[in-house]
Amino acid sequence: MERDDLIVNDSYSVNARHGEQEGAAIRKKIWKVTGLLTALTVVEVFMGVQFKRDGGNVWEAVKLGFLFLTLVKAAYIVLVFMHLGDERRNLKYVVLLPYALFIMYLIYIGLWEGVSVQELNNSYR
Amino acid sequence: MSGHSKPISKEELWGGGQSPFSVSYGKMMMWFFLVSDALTFGGLLTAYGVVRHGTANPWPVGEQVFEALPGLSGAYPLIYVALMTFILIVSSVTMVLAVEAGHRLDKKGVVKWLGLTILGGFFFLGSQAWEWSHYIHGSGGGFQISQPVDVTTDSGRTLHLNAGTWVHMTPTFGHEYEHALSAAEEFAPAAAHNGHGHGSEHAEAAHHPSLSELKPSELVINKYVRVGKGSESVAKEMVTGGTEVEKIWAAREDHTFAFGANMSKNEYGPQQYANFFFFVTGFHGFHVFSGVLINIIIWLMVIKGAFDKLGHYEMIEKIGLYWHFVDLVWVFVFTFYYLV
Repeated sequence: MERDDLIVNDSYSVNARHGEQEGAAIRKKIWKVTGLLTALTVVEVFMGVQFKRDGGNVWEAVKLGFLFLTLVKAAYIVLVFMHLGDERRNLKYVVLLPYALFIMYLIYIGLWEGVSVQELNNSYR
Repeated sequence: MSGHSKPISKEELWGGGQSPFSVSYGKMMMWFFLVSDALTFGGLLTAYGVVRHGTANPWPVGEQVFEALPGLSGAYPLIYVALMTFILIVSSVTMVLAVEAGHRLDKKGVVKWLGLTILGGFFFLGSQAWEWSHYIHGSGGGFQISQPVDVTTDSGRTLHLNAGTWVHMTPTFGHEYEHALSAAEEFAPAAAHNGHGHGSEHAEAAHHPSLSELKPSELVINKYVRVGKGSESVAKEMVTGGTEVEKIWAAREDHTFAFGANMSKNEYGPQQYANFFFFVTGFHGFHVFSGVLINIIIWLMVIKGAFDKLGHYEMIEKIGLYWHFVDLVWVFVFTFYYLV
């Protein structure tokens, strides 16, 4: 099994370099992702303007939509702009997995406690 | 990034002679720091969610609170904050382009793109400062009523307002009343509560209309309240009829007047709303500020040729990581505080 952690092929991060042609291709990719992020934001703003905040099921779906689109934007920023997608696979895991696990737990426990506090407030305030 | 055939000196490698994941120590540690900072902000936003969910008062609607543009009157819901988000995202793009220029050892390119990033950062900070000042200043202020009032709004709906309900004033009248209130308190603190006092009346009349003379011509009900699921609360309604306005004005509780936001009360509703606004956006703004400072220092180093001498522009990548992190946090803060 290939060890992922040692320097192979002289590809140490400090020596990372690319020439003009590769640079042009990379810049094109950067602009494409920028366009995608802008498009996603436009969709979000449109959703926020179009659908009325009436407490019904439509608004719940809109909120979930916001969350999903924001996560997609975050993924693109981390993987492309922060170049995490170009790093070794294990470095990606080291950065993303602990955070994902912890934040999922935190959100779950936050919602659970929040619901409890609200019910207590309603009953005893 | 494709490799290059320069032999790696022992000094560059980590202490044990190896470098995990082929990344330099500085880059690895920047990632570790970003994970920890992301946990901090994640914790703050979760705390915001818990407090908001647990608050009995109606939580203000972002569109109503943030609808001002600098220099213009009128309502532009969330436009300014969308502009701020756009500025920060554009600065992130210029930062990526600076990193890419660094990979080609293109010093001029780095100077240009990093300079634009710094500019974007300053614009964001300035905009945030304006947001804060407008938030603190308020949009006319409000008060609570001391007894129940039944009122017919402009749209014809009859609402029953319980004691303690917030009623808001329109900006022009609100600011006028705020000045009169603080002027009255300045000359005779006790007089402010009675509306007139023997010694101060003369001085008051000279500078401002006396408190008791000021009367609103219109008031706003449920200004910041969202429509509740299955509850009776409705969205923002205006009350303009003379008698209706008088009814509400007569029921006002003098000591509950709040203009904008301060350390003890705010006109938007629950105190926690203002607390979280200042803490989360302030903490984030502090990160942007430190990011801009670091960017300026590195930018000056680039101009002086420090990285040409070193042989690589990895420092740009590292500060780029920090800058993207700051942008990412803002995307989440914007979504959870302003939109949802």
